[in-house]
Amino acid sequence: MNNLAVAPSPHIRSNHTTTSIMLDVIIALTPALIASVIIFGIQALIVVLACVLSCVVFEYLSRKIMKRVNTISDLSAVVTGILLAFNLPVTIPIWIAVMGSFIAIVIVKQIFGGIGQNFANPAITARIILFVSFSSHMTTWAQPFYYQNSGVDVITGATSLTLLSEPDKLPSLIDMFLGIRGGCLGETSTIALLIGGVYLVMKKVISPVTPIAFIGTVFLLSAIMDSNPIYQLMSGGLMIGAIFMATDYSTTPITQKGKMIFGLGCGLITIIIRQFGAYPEGVSFSILLMNILTPYIDKATKIRPFGGKR
Amino acid sequence: MGYLKTLTNGILKENPVLVLMLGMCPSLAVTTVAKSGIGMGIATTFVLLGSNIVISLIKNLIPKAVRLPSFIVIIAGFVTMVGFLVEAYAPQLNKDLGIFLPLIVVNCIILARAEIFASQNGTVKSILDALGMGIGFTLALFLMGSVRELIGSGTWLGMTVTKELVEPMKFFVTPAGGFFTLGIIIAVVNFLTHKKPSEKNGCHGCPSADACAKVSE
Repeated sequence: MNNLAVAPSPHIRSNHTTTSIMLDVIIALTPALIASVIIFGIQALIVVLACVLSCVVFEYLSRKIMKRVNTISDLSAVVTGILLAFNLPVTIPIWIAVMGSFIAIVIVKQIFGGIGQNFANPAITARIILFVSFSSHMTTWAQPFYYQNSGVDVITGATSLTLLSEPDKLPSLIDMFLGIRGGCLGETSTIALLIGGVYLVMKKVISPVTPIAFIGTVFLLSAIMDSNPIYQLMSGGLMIGAIFMATDYSTTPITQKGKMIFGLGCGLITIIIRQFGAYPEGVSFSILLMNILTPYIDKATKIRPFGGKR
Repeated sequence: MGYLKTLTNGILKENPVLVLMLGMCPSLAVTTVAKSGIGMGIATTFVLLGSNIVISLIKNLIPKAVRLPSFIVIIAGFVTMVGFLVEAYAPQLNKDLGIFLPLIVVNCIILARAEIFASQNGTVKSILDALGMGIGFTLALFLMGSVRELIGSGTWLGMTVTKELVEPMKFFVTPAGGFFTLGIIIAVVNFLTHKKPSEKNGCHGCPSADACAKVSE
């Protein structure tokens, strides 16, 4: 604390602490967690618990080995674990999920210096590396309520994004909104994610600018391309990506203008990958690419102090 | 610098790939399997040896103004020889390395050693330098290739090792995995050789310090 220089008043005061913010994010993620357990069964909870537990253990061990102050009590590893699990299909083997936690916490977060120092979103990066490495496991989508059919282990089917080209096989809009569709375990239920998003905005944990710009861009562009904009919004990982991943503090721009640019860029890249790319889903790639651009966006949108030099 | 030191210099202390950061392109491109890493390393060592010998012999005949084109001509001559030899005696390696075999011409390690070392030192020292750098390059490529092949394909030098036990992580075979492996190996080498900027110096002496400071501003 002795190294901190105290500037003259006025000072901005806030009751937010890292722990309270992370706790709010966990609360906001709870509806989606409940929805995923209802839709995909108890296995969803097991995957989430495995990810959370391994993230916390990896965080503890790497801080210990690097001889740094331990930060597991700030709950950021818990949030990373939940988000990572939400980005995995429910059928994922647990060892792959644990490997994802290792990538997220050790490689992406702690090697770069821990919370606040990572340049990319840990959960997103881990998901992409797993996706590239184990593509067959990562694209096996269990059908909703598969666990109620006794005798069958898992019924798999295409995700709604690949079904967009065959309209008669699409789930109904209501099902899409509630989350009764195939997909990663936390991304399916639009309503649950929206509840979480509204909670975070009300608690002033996140600014609504990024999600609105992100989702709005996807909506507008898919409307222009005549590609069923409402389904585009509720398909894939757009909702969870826009609300929980594109609003991460350390990897996204600081200013409102920067957040707007970030959201627009994410939306644009998402639509380009969805429409023209080889992969069906582009949300995670778009967020990672924009994470890399964040320092430059921050530099370009730096606020000039009133009366300061141009 | 003594003869022994000249030889060992390239292996760890000034390893062309891991410390001098030269020859990144072949290091990333051909190291998806350990075998082509070794092949690339040996081919490059041969060219390096030839060019270092010839350049150290005729260094006084080359006018300073045209030395770089002359070096390139000499290097290209040896690369052509290696190309024909590999094509004739190791057709499989030729197929594995593909375009990267003729591209040894533009490998910065060879030109850098010609410019920094062979054109300023005697023939014996140049031979030792070429051998040291070549061994360092080969070892670095072999190490990278081993890591990427073992994790990415579950095999090592073509033998099945962990393929049946654990599913291989295909990420390590992709170009992104190459960069990742290189970064981790460089970090480990820096850690082992205790190469750390002292507290006082901070970023001083780091070639990327300027760009780094600009981004964090």
